[in-house]
Order: sequence, then C-alpha cells, then structure tokens
Amino acid sequence: MTKSNGQSVSGGAFHQENFRRRTRYITVFLAMIALLLVVVVLNVNMGSVSISPGEIFRIILTHQGPDPKNVDIIWDLRLPRILMGAILGGGLALAGFLLQTYFENPIAGPFVLGISSGSKMIVAITMIVFLSRFSHVSSWTLIIAAFIGALLSTGFILLISRRVTHMASLLVAGIMVGYICSAITDFIVTFADDSDIVNLRDWSLGSFSGSSWSNVGVAAIVIGVAFALTLLLSKPIGAFQLGEAYAQSMGVNVKRFRVAIILLSSMLSGCVTAFAGPISFVGIAVPFLVKMCLKTARPLIVIPGTFLGGGVFCMWCDFIARMAFAPMELNISTVTAMFGAPVVIFMMIRKRRWGA
Amino acid sequence: MTDSYFSLDNLSVGYNGSALIRDINIGVTKGEIITLIGPNGSGKSTILKSITRQLQLIGGKVIFEGKDLRKFSYRDLSSRMAVVLTERMKPELMTCHDIVATGRYPYTGRLGILTEEDERKVEDAMAAVHAEEIGNRDFNAISDGQRQRVLLARAICQEPDIIILDEPTSFLDIRHKLELLSILRSMAKEKGITVIMSLHEIDLAQKVSDRIVCVKGDRIFRYGRPAEIFDEQMIREMYEIDNGYFDPLFGSIELPAAAGEAKVFVIAGGGRGIPVYRELQKRDIAFATGILYTNDVDWRLARLLASEVIEAEPFTVMGEEALAKATASMSACGTVIDTGVPVRETNRVLEELRRLAEESGKLRRLEELV
Repeated sequence: MTKSNGQSVSGGAFHQENFRRRTRYITVFLAMIALLLVVVVLNVNMGSVSISPGEIFRIILTHQGPDPKNVDIIWDLRLPRILMGAILGGGLALAGFLLQTYFENPIAGPFVLGISSGSKMIVAITMIVFLSRFSHVSSWTLIIAAFIGALLSTGFILLISRRVTHMASLLVAGIMVGYICSAITDFIVTFADDSDIVNLRDWSLGSFSGSSWSNVGVAAIVIGVAFALTLLLSKPIGAFQLGEAYAQSMGVNVKRFRVAIILLSSMLSGCVTAFAGPISFVGIAVPFLVKMCLKTARPLIVIPGTFLGGGVFCMWCDFIARMAFAPMELNISTVTAMFGAPVVIFMMIRKRRWGA
Repeated sequence: MTDSYFSLDNLSVGYNGSALIRDINIGVTKGEIITLIGPNGSGKSTILKSITRQLQLIGGKVIFEGKDLRKFSYRDLSSRMAVVLTERMKPELMTCHDIVATGRYPYTGRLGILTEEDERKVEDAMAAVHAEEIGNRDFNAISDGQRQRVLLARAICQEPDIIILDEPTSFLDIRHKLELLSILRSMAKEKGITVIMSLHEIDLAQKVSDRIVCVKGDRIFRYGRPAEIFDEQMIREMYEIDNGYFDPLFGSIELPAAAGEAKVFVIAGGGRGIPVYRELQKRDIAFATGILYTNDVDWRLARLLASEVIEAEPFTVMGEEALAKATASMSACGTVIDTGVPVRETNRVLEELRRLAEESGKLRRLEELV
C-alpha cells in the first residue's frame, strides 16, 4: 500500500468512526430520555393514591380534575418531588464528575470524600440556630450553609492531599471526615430536642420528600447555573484529563481552573445536601456508567450525559424508595447505595488502578 | 547571548526555593536540536520543567524571542511551545486520534470543537509520525513506541515553535528510537522547529544534536557542539565511569577490559578483530593483539579492551620493530587466534608472524577456547 493510499483509507476510517460515535451518543441520550419519561409517568401515577394516566395528563395540562384532592396530590406532592429528584440527581452526578476530574481518580465523589457530610453538619447547625432564634430558615440560607460546609470538607481534604500522595489514603481520609461530620451532626440532633428537629433527622438520612415548588425553583436556579458554568469549562476539563502538566502546556491556567472546579463541585453537592440530605454513590456510579455507555470521556458529551443520567438514576431510586415497601418509605441513600455500590465495586475490579 | 532566539540567562532551577542547578547560560538558535545529557538525577528534567513553567524559577530568566517567558500568558505560550513529558498518562476512553487532537486546544473555540481544518492538521501530524493506522485504537492499548509517536504528533499538531521533550526515547527499542529521532531531525530542519530535549543515550545525543548541554553537579558541566563536547575523558568524568568506556568517534559504549596478563594473542586488522575481542572480553580472557595501524577500526576497540596492542603508524610499511614486539607478545601467550586478516604490500610482516604462530603450535580457533 502506498502512503497516499494509507492516508485516504485512514481518513475515511476517521469519518466512519465519527459517524459511529455520533450514533452512539444519540442512542444513549434517547435511551436516557425514554427512561426519564417512563419514570416520570410511573412516579406521578403510583403511590398511596393511584391516579389513572388520563386524569394525570388532564391535571398536569389543565391544573384541574374531577377530584380536587388528586390535583393537589399531583401538583403539590408528586410533581415537585419528581422534579427535585431530577435536578438534585443531576447535580450530584455532576459534582462527582468534577471531583473525579480534580483528583484524577474515578472513585472520588462528594459522599466518599466527606463533602456531603460536611454540608450536612453545617446545615444542621444552621437549622438549629435559625429555628431557635427566628423560627424560620430560608432555603437560600440553607444552601449557603451547605456550600460553606462543602467547602470546609473539601478544604480539609485538599490539605490532606498535600501530605499524602497515595489516592487510597486520601479516600480513607475523606471517609473519616465524613464520619466525624456525621458524628457531630448526630450529637447536635440528639441534644436539640426541638420539635422541628424531627424534620432534621429525616432530612439528615436523605430524602426527596417534602419538596415544595419554591424549593424546586431555588434548586433549579443554583444547579442550572452550576451546570452551565461546568459546560463552559468542558474544554479545560478535557485538557486536564491528560494531566496537570499537559493541561498547562495547552494554555490552561491550572490554579484558577482548580479553584473553579472546587467552587462548582461544592456548589452542586452543597445544594443537593441542603435539600435532600447526603445521598451516597450517585456521584461515583453515574459518571462511570454514563462514560461506559457513551464510550467517551469527552467533557462536552459527558457533562450533559452525566447530568441527565444522574437525574434518571435518582428518579428511579426515589421511585423504588417510595414504592418498594409502600406505604413505608425508604431513605433515598438506601436505594442509591444498593444500586450504586455494586457499580463502584465492579469499576474497581475492572480498572485496578485506583490508589495508583 | 541576549540576541538568541531562545536563551537561558543566569538561570537557577530547583524545588521549593532551593537551587539544584545554578548559573545556566545557554543561547539557542531557531531550528536547532539541543540535547541535555548527564547522569541520572543530575537535574535534566528539572531544567526542562523550569523551561515549561511547571516549576518556578529560582533565579535568572528564560528569554524567548527577546521576551521574558514569564511575561507570556499560558494561552499565548501554548501556541508557541509544546511538550512531551515522561509522566505516563492514562487517559480513559480516548483514541490516539483524540489524544493528537488535544494538540489543537490553543486554536479551538470556547467549547473546543474541532473544525475541518483542525481535523486535517490532526491527520497531517499523525502522518508525520507514521501513526495513521492507529488513529482509532485506544491510547492505553498501544505499545510504548506508538505512544511516544502519538504524543509527538500531539505536540506537532500544536504547531509550536519549540518542542520540549523529556527523555522521549526511554522505553523505546532501537528501531523506534531511531525513527523518533529522525522525525525530530526532519522537523527541526524542514519546519525550523527548535527542539530541546533530554536523552539518556549519549551515543544518540551525539548524532542527533546541534548542541549538547552536559548537566552535572550544580552547574552546567559543559555546553557546545557535539564535536567539542564528546571527548572520551569528558564523558568518563561526567558520568564518573570507572567500569567501562565510551568511544566518541563511533559513539559506542564498551564494558571494561579483562584484567591481568594477556593469555591470548589475536592477529587482527581491518575489522576482523572486533568480534574476537568482544567474545574474549565476555569470557573475561585478557588478550594482546596486533599488528594494528592506529587508524584501523580494530585498533579503536583494541586500545580499550586489549591488555597490549602492537601498533604501527598508518600509511607506512609495518617494520621489523613491530614484528619483534608482536613476536615477543605472542610467545608470552598460551594461545594465538588468527582472524585471517588479508596481507598486502604494507603489512607483509604479518606473514612472518603467522608462520611463527603455526610453528609454535598455539594456533587455535575461537570456538576451541574454553
């Protein structure tokens, strides 16, 4: 084969490959959207009160129905909860993706690094202080508290990461930070015997229940902004996947980039924790599954994919949490752990390079 | 030195504020290949990392086209300087084509989407390193040689004026070493790209470089053209070799000679001696050899490996004196090996030497030696 021949052949192969890739992306995204629609319908339809699909559509579209109680159930209980699950799930998965980029390790995530627990601790303290003084606490206050908690934990992890080079030790440190924060939270919750603390206890175990439209709005704004900013960072994130030194040689201001990643991931995981409490394993399992399905790590594709995938994953988990032992509800973390943890184990066996 | 294209001006480099190497003064002309050589841990990588701004300078300046390198933004610099690093990268789910395409980073827009032109440049870069066939392969699933070529293609794709490579030939077999270096050579000469790299193989450094920087201790040991740098003593001193030799003329590396009195005499010349010398050295048998003109290839190796070399001045007729010495040396040895060197007008005396060897009954073939 002559050289020019070789080139044209491989040129064609690239185009073929590009086409194959695009088809794969479209298929995966369509599949996720289909799963999303199915779970939305299931979630609206099922529960302690079962409502027929026809009535659901009518209620959603016209805000009216034969039974006003059903209208309330759908509009005030089920829809906000569904949307909250989608938004927070997406945010959580994205936070995981950002942390994995930062630490160049697929096992990093807001839960294992103790970031969710840090948020939980500060939120619990804030709740108690605000409720005892002002008998009211706004969702913005809680988000800011959770954000600060996330930053505190992340800052602590970063301090440790300067001392320990081994990734496994860092993860162990993160898990320890998580335990410390949880212990402090439990301590506070136990000794603050206000009646409002009952909510706090439910919340600290993780749940999408009790979401209101105003909460959904706030979460949508915060996570929407973080998502958009992350998408704008997809180019440097791509460069960073080759390692810090290469990223810098490609013109990335590494210091500024690292700060941006930490702020964004804290914003995302803080917001999720503020509304739904700490939720485990979504941050690790979803980015991994999405990357495997898409067969790419290209941030421009993976970021929206992870967001959508996180939403779908959490909605299904919430559906299971609600329905598995109805009318009793499981914690969302119980369900995400049940499905997420095996994925993580599978991932470690397959990669065998964490801790390297 | 300030008017150089790229220069290191009183540079001190090191880690955490303490200088490892100081007073580095080097001027580089555009399109040259500069190679850093020196023992392990001498700080070659430290110098390269300082040039690429991965490490903060301890003192002095790096000047690029008359401007302090620190004044360049990362972004500006990225379209001027590309790197190939030693750190093994393990990107997930990226094909070789994807890796090369990251070289276009400085030229793409906010979201990093490649244009048709970018795609073409990626393919050109892959063709330049003969890596077209592996474009669709996963980067983690290719050989070391292919990996280095892909990383080089990535650097080429970045369309830099300077490429910095940290030990690009490590892990490569000899064929891939040669291939990589000849690509660098043609890049430097045809495209005027300046190459600054570190190499472990001094023999290759000598052959591929326009200038050599020898790094040792806390200074630049020497700096200059390969011809000025590579003398035997210098290399021995730099690497503190006390158990082997480096022949600068051929750039070959030799293990130390067998110690002791010569036990074998080798009648050699014209290159016939070399394989015998090497075999004897491997068996740790000390030997004497002759009669060799001092411009004979055998002589170049014999002077390093033989206990005694009977020499003759080139372009003269070998005389009685040389024959006498050779005879004496031969009679002190228990064995004689005749490599069958051809005899013509100037080395007639070898006929006599051969006759004496036969008479003595010590003549053996190499295979017969225990």
